[in-house]
Amino acid sequence: MFDFDYTFHWITVWNVFPEMLSAALVTIEVALISMIVGLFIAIFLSLGKDSENELFRTSSIVWIEIARNTPALFQIYMAYFGLGAFGIHLSPYLAVMLALIFNNAGYLAETLRGGFSSIPHTQMASSRSLGMTTFQSYRYIILPQVFKVVYHPMTNQMIWTILMTSLGTLVGMLELTGKTDQLQSLSFRTFEFYLVAAVMYFVIAKSTLLLSKLLAYKIFKGD
Amino acid sequence: MSNKMIKYSIYTLIFTYIVYQIIVSVSASSLTYYDLVFLLEGLERTIYISAVSIFFGTIFGVVFGWMKVSLGTFGNLILSGFLDILRSVPLIIQLILFYSFMGILEIDISVFWVGAIILSAYTAAFVTEVVRAGIESVPQTTRRAARSLGMTYWQDYRYIVFPLGLRAVFPAWISIVLSVIKDSALVSVIGYLELLKTTEELISKTQEALLLLLGIGLFYFIISYPISLYAVYLERKLKI
Repeated sequence: MFDFDYTFHWITVWNVFPEMLSAALVTIEVALISMIVGLFIAIFLSLGKDSENELFRTSSIVWIEIARNTPALFQIYMAYFGLGAFGIHLSPYLAVMLALIFNNAGYLAETLRGGFSSIPHTQMASSRSLGMTTFQSYRYIILPQVFKVVYHPMTNQMIWTILMTSLGTLVGMLELTGKTDQLQSLSFRTFEFYLVAAVMYFVIAKSTLLLSKLLAYKIFKGD
Repeated sequence: MSNKMIKYSIYTLIFTYIVYQIIVSVSASSLTYYDLVFLLEGLERTIYISAVSIFFGTIFGVVFGWMKVSLGTFGNLILSGFLDILRSVPLIIQLILFYSFMGILEIDISVFWVGAIILSAYTAAFVTEVVRAGIESVPQTTRRAARSLGMTYWQDYRYIVFPLGLRAVFPAWISIVLSVIKDSALVSVIGYLELLKTTEELISKTQEALLLLLGIGLFYFIISYPISLYAVYLERKLKI
């Protein structure tokens, strides 16, 4: 049926495999940092969406809706090309990081809001009446409970973020996809290189899931 | 004047100012009428490829979802593994991989169909989970009642399971549709001239990065935001 005339050259990939592994580390690093920073911002955004302060509320809603309703690739372009108009020239690494933090904060804020609404209002009232400050009641009463509810959605978001870092290649960032693209351009063994990259992404995503399940077992043991 | 009126008049002023600024900067920029037509063609292609992918993705998703509840353990394992791969590998990699594979097989296929096939498969992977959840949300007793009233297997699906189960997961399906519209931007990596790719070309031609990006950001937002509001509304309505 097909005139199959192609020889696979896996050795070309094997020769530069260490470089791909170190690029995979960059991918994980960017995903982790943007996830952690995004989570901190998301806490404020999710509280802001129900806040009394109008400025705080409006800016939270605008942030969340823009982050959720435009493509992540657009956000990366905005950070890389768009900020250039203001004289801010970021490196691809920083631009992708910034865009992913923005994106993660928006998505996580909605997740956290779901978590916050699952905690009864009385919890806050009783911890306040026991003499805790607002910060203490969030720190010791509310957030630990919210964390348990949003743990699994957060794992999914983490995997999403790892996959999203691959968009960095379009602004020239050398994470796993970008590095693969650079390496394959030397030999034009496109299929072999990208297949190896695909397997690596799959392994990273699955090990993240496994790790998160093990951690959950350790953190929430008993329930 | 009441407090509210002052607030709204300030909002109107700000809005008018922004519109004025946009008009001024568009007429001052080096963008021509043909550039805008080019941009609109990109928008049309984005909508076209999203619609095709959502159509095929939903059909395959429903079929796979049905297979997931009806197949035995072995068939289920293969299907789940296949769908899992689609969800755990970045879309960019899938697109390039499939495109270069078509090159290896020497199959002459347009960029549009490469993009549409991969996006459909990607959509199907997500729709499958949603449909499976929908089918399983219909109580077993309801289905037994249908069968004992003399309905055939397919009648049970056609008149009982799909109307009840799929309605429950409709909001989840809408959020998949939204993410497909946004993910269609990635088809630009294999050279399909959709909205973001046309913008990129215009940026390198006219150097009006901020203006163009803000413009298409607005386009995406206008497509996506009303649908997401509708999903939230539906979710609330179905909950009660």
